[in-house]
Amino acid sequence: DKKFTVNLSPESFESYKIEGPSTEVEVSKNDLKKMYLDMVTIRRMEMAADKLYKEKKIRGFCHLSTGQEAVAAGMEHALTPEDHVITAYRCHGFALMRGATVKSIIGELLGRREGIAYGKGGSMHMFCKGFYGGNGIVGAQVPVGAGIGFAMKYLNKKNTTFALYGDGASNQGQVFEAYNMAKLWDIPVVFACENNKYGMGTAANRSSALTQYYQRGQYIPGLKVNGMDVLAVKQASAWAREYTTSGNGPLVMEFVTYRYGGHSMSDPGTTYRTREEVQRMRSTQDPIQGLKQKILEWGIVSEEDLKSLDKQAKQLVDKEVKEAEEAPFPENTPKILFEDIYVRGSEPDFMKGRTLEETHYYRE
Amino acid sequence: KDYTVRDALNEALAEELERDEKVFIMGEEVAQYNGAYKVTKGLLDRFGDKRVIDTPITEHGFAGLGVGAALAGLNPVVEFMTWNFAMQAIDQIINSGAKTHYMSGGIQPCSITFRGPNGFASGVAAQHSQDYSAWYGSIPGLKVVTPWSAEDAKGLLKAAIRDPNPVMVLENELLYGQTFPMSEEAQKSDFVLPIGKAKVERVGKDLTIVTLSRCVGQALTAAENIKKKYGVEVEVINLRSVKPLDVETIIKSVKKTNHLIALESGFPSFGVSSEILALSMEYMFDFLDAPAQRITGAEVPTPYAIGLEALSFPDEALIEKKIVQLLRL
Repeated sequence: DKKFTVNLSPESFESYKIEGPSTEVEVSKNDLKKMYLDMVTIRRMEMAADKLYKEKKIRGFCHLSTGQEAVAAGMEHALTPEDHVITAYRCHGFALMRGATVKSIIGELLGRREGIAYGKGGSMHMFCKGFYGGNGIVGAQVPVGAGIGFAMKYLNKKNTTFALYGDGASNQGQVFEAYNMAKLWDIPVVFACENNKYGMGTAANRSSALTQYYQRGQYIPGLKVNGMDVLAVKQASAWAREYTTSGNGPLVMEFVTYRYGGHSMSDPGTTYRTREEVQRMRSTQDPIQGLKQKILEWGIVSEEDLKSLDKQAKQLVDKEVKEAEEAPFPENTPKILFEDIYVRGSEPDFMKGRTLEETHYYRE
Repeated sequence: KDYTVRDALNEALAEELERDEKVFIMGEEVAQYNGAYKVTKGLLDRFGDKRVIDTPITEHGFAGLGVGAALAGLNPVVEFMTWNFAMQAIDQIINSGAKTHYMSGGIQPCSITFRGPNGFASGVAAQHSQDYSAWYGSIPGLKVVTPWSAEDAKGLLKAAIRDPNPVMVLENELLYGQTFPMSEEAQKSDFVLPIGKAKVERVGKDLTIVTLSRCVGQALTAAENIKKKYGVEVEVINLRSVKPLDVETIIKSVKKTNHLIALESGFPSFGVSSEILALSMEYMFDFLDAPAQRITGAEVPTPYAIGLEALSFPDEALIEKKIVQLLRL
């Protein structure tokens, strides 16, 4: 699998107080195929979630990342399994990229025992090795991500942490508190803002006094990336990984991206933006179509090959969604209800139930 | 040997830093300043600035950073200069710290200790003297300890640091300088107290006072005075831990004394003593010869003026008065 060099558009990056990465990217045929497959799989999975939600099989909130696939996919191609990622509630794609299975993610959405969090977390809370959620409080994951980076430095590990947040969350005070400590202590963390242009229904320029999110670290260098180009994301993420693990401290990144759907399943996404805008983004900026065009243009893979990848993704998602739907719900017993509030073996003697009679004793 | 509570806490921290590389301390003024209340005195010199870290004044941020470090496998001890300032950080403590283990289906533990002075302090008015026992005590996923004596302080803080869950250590500023005897055993570096077990500080047969933190000392004084005046023996239970709460020890005592007073300095509504009285209805109704009573702080933001402040918190005289009334002495 030979490596070769491709050129990104010169508009892929904008940097702040730093040089930034080169637009020449080293990739192989397999890399490109895998990136394509990853993005298609994320989209297929999100579309499956969309369908299941509309069938009322998924409860509560469900935030989909359709349109934003290049961020999760490109980032993963720059990271090692020992690096760390933490994000907010739009987390399915990241969980998949970090190694979770489609079945475990969809299973979690369906509230099944075989879900990634055993049905305890739902759409917003997914964890696996190197992935710290899936967090539901807007902005709170940012200092937590800085803490994961802190731990890497403390343990002398040369691993970075990507702490992701949206353009909406970027105005939380604790984001700036995290910036400050990370710079003060040279923590290897990438503060990565996924700017999808809207925090729920509030356009970026209606919430943020400065919409150049990559410049908001002030004293921290920044890098803006075309988040609709998976190769640019990969290139920038690899560069950010190298930068933060070389003793330079933190970096603020901005992935400029776009979400096709509403904020969540209950939002049609049409009151605060026009249908034409969404259509225009879909037809001109789509990350999957974008990569496809390039690959074909470069003559690296045939259209048939890509079609077979599409088919592969569809088959995988269909199969695993079916398995997830067939998987059992957790048993409705006090034992399951009360397990894992505390680390096993360190529980209190009992936890109270709804009534005195329902008091749950961990040990007989 | 006698220890102040401050020295006991300091020794506990030093021993745990010594025991495990993954333990570190962070907070405002914990390092170069030696701690706002000198609890971390000398630790920077002994363990260096990798392990004892001054933070900026940024509670929300450093509580979250501590949680992240814990998720990644470290054992942080996060000091709040006072628990009053932790209100800025309560989201990180509860939503990130306490709930992640459950939300992850048990795959992501968070072994972290939050500590600092809590509750009644002298002459600092409303924003600096509030008791958070009930706040944190109501949250599944947290453990909450409330040391009174030097032995409590050392044993419970060490237990908190070793516990694999998030543990709140609610100390009290006015106890830091108080001196208590410390047993030979408690002076050893392997001394830990179990979280969730109360201690009977004074044995009695006529009435049970269940209390915590600084009020333990007040209850003991009141009990001695009552004995001298009326020959009545009051049993005093030091809860040591608010979550889990040792209801068994309380039941056992009430079975014997048939009278119960819950005593605390927090607000009366929805508080620790409310909980104990509710437990008395659930578990002790048949053993009580009179309705259980509570003595609490008054339902008022803590006033500054000395006389008004005194009216806002329990004192020995008030406790004695309540005992006399309940036992019809």
